[in-house]
Amino acid sequence: MTTDTLPELGSIEPNQYGYRDFTLGKFSFSRDEYFVHVRWPNGTHMLPVDAFLRAIQRDVAWGFFYGIVNFDTVIGTVNHYGTVDLFAGRFNAQYRQAGLDYSENFKSDAISRLFEAILADWTNATFDPFASPEETGSAFGPKNGSNKRAITRHRVTAKRMIGAPGDEPVRTDDNGFPINRQFTDVPQDAPEVHAEPGFEHEVVSVNLFAYLSRSDVTWNPSVVSVCKNSLYCPTTEEYILPIIHGNDRVEWFVQLCDEIQWEVEDRDTGAVRARVTMKAGDVAAMPADIRHRGFSPKRSMLLVWENASPELPALYASGKMPPAPVQF
Amino acid sequence: MASQPTRFGSLRHFEKGGVEVIKDDPRNYVFSNVFEVASKAKPYEKVAVGKNIEYVIEAIRAEGTSGWRVAAQDEFALVMDGEVEVRLVKPDNPSLVPPGSQGSIPLAGDPTGKKMGRVRARRGHMTLLPAGAAYQFHAGNPSVILLQTLAGRDTVERWAQICQTTPRPQTQRG
Repeated sequence: MTTDTLPELGSIEPNQYGYRDFTLGKFSFSRDEYFVHVRWPNGTHMLPVDAFLRAIQRDVAWGFFYGIVNFDTVIGTVNHYGTVDLFAGRFNAQYRQAGLDYSENFKSDAISRLFEAILADWTNATFDPFASPEETGSAFGPKNGSNKRAITRHRVTAKRMIGAPGDEPVRTDDNGFPINRQFTDVPQDAPEVHAEPGFEHEVVSVNLFAYLSRSDVTWNPSVVSVCKNSLYCPTTEEYILPIIHGNDRVEWFVQLCDEIQWEVEDRDTGAVRARVTMKAGDVAAMPADIRHRGFSPKRSMLLVWENASPELPALYASGKMPPAPVQF
Repeated sequence: MASQPTRFGSLRHFEKGGVEVIKDDPRNYVFSNVFEVASKAKPYEKVAVGKNIEYVIEAIRAEGTSGWRVAAQDEFALVMDGEVEVRLVKPDNPSLVPPGSQGSIPLAGDPTGKKMGRVRARRGHMTLLPAGAAYQFHAGNPSVILLQTLAGRDTVERWAQICQTTPRPQTQRG
């Protein structure tokens, strides 16, 4: 059953550390100086607060993404594209066997509002959940202000292509996107575009690598080109993907520079299946029945390629589509 | 200068990672490398390195001048190595592309129509190939294009030749 009432966003009075408590359905969330405490009718769980904030920041920014967003091996969300399951232990074989898993379905708007309220109250002035660990201060300690700018960034979703007239702009120093400290050697040259009069809106080219070198966030795919339902969603990665992404469809990666290692597990049980090392120019599919977490030792550029066709989750879930994209 | 240099790949120099299987089939990951694929391809052969139902990404070795092509939907050409000139023409005959066709189709000879313009693109540059526009590539030296498109009549699928099929990656460098 879907809970479609708007959530009680939080307690009026802060706790002894200065933070409000929050509830959604039968889940409750509270934080202290170091940890988030999640409670549900038949269990409790603790997560480090920095990891939790990084995870729900992505979940909100991505609109709950494609499929499952595991905050860790216990807590996470499943996107049903209109409604969202909030779960505990659902994709953890031991929790399932012990009967300790719990799941509740909410309207997407309701759970978005809850996570946004948590981010607003629990993100201190010193912490940026989108930044790499070297580029942010601490999430810990008693309440210390807020960081609205960091948690309400614009989400890039090009309608056709970044840089096209009327579409998402390219990044520059002037619009607030300096070159990242780890990409200062990435060439910033622009393509030579010679458009005949009347065709300026269709003769379009951008330096995608320069665009990515100016990203101020990590692990945040954003749409840069649209070929019907085929979406190029490149992103810059550093340190560890803050969530474990469980697929409801096939997803593809193209490593544009440097290196990422992916831990791949069974989506439903967490059993380890493979480790995929990707270097510049490597291409790999993530099958529809896995979950994965990336490790990027240096800031790198990753092209995430998605098929946004709305019918895909049902096709894969019903077994009408094999989980691997190509049989050979 | 960045504390650690950014490492891109190229036809001349690439290092390939791979799949280390714990309990799986490496073919599930359809693992390949665009530079390796392009290094073994014919000029302007459209070799699929990714496929998602009807959509593909193709690795294309750009070398010399291609034939003209046109597609019913926008395509996007990302130069991964080298330098490529993209030439665009608006065909006088809009029915060159059958409605609902997928991927691009080759044109016989040069299209008649208005010149739309041209783009000289280098590594990292992404160029729109607008729906209904005829396009041609030219590269003075071997270069690599990654094309976002739909599978079409000229898309080449040779997965068993380009992808890892063994449980451990074999170190490959170009």
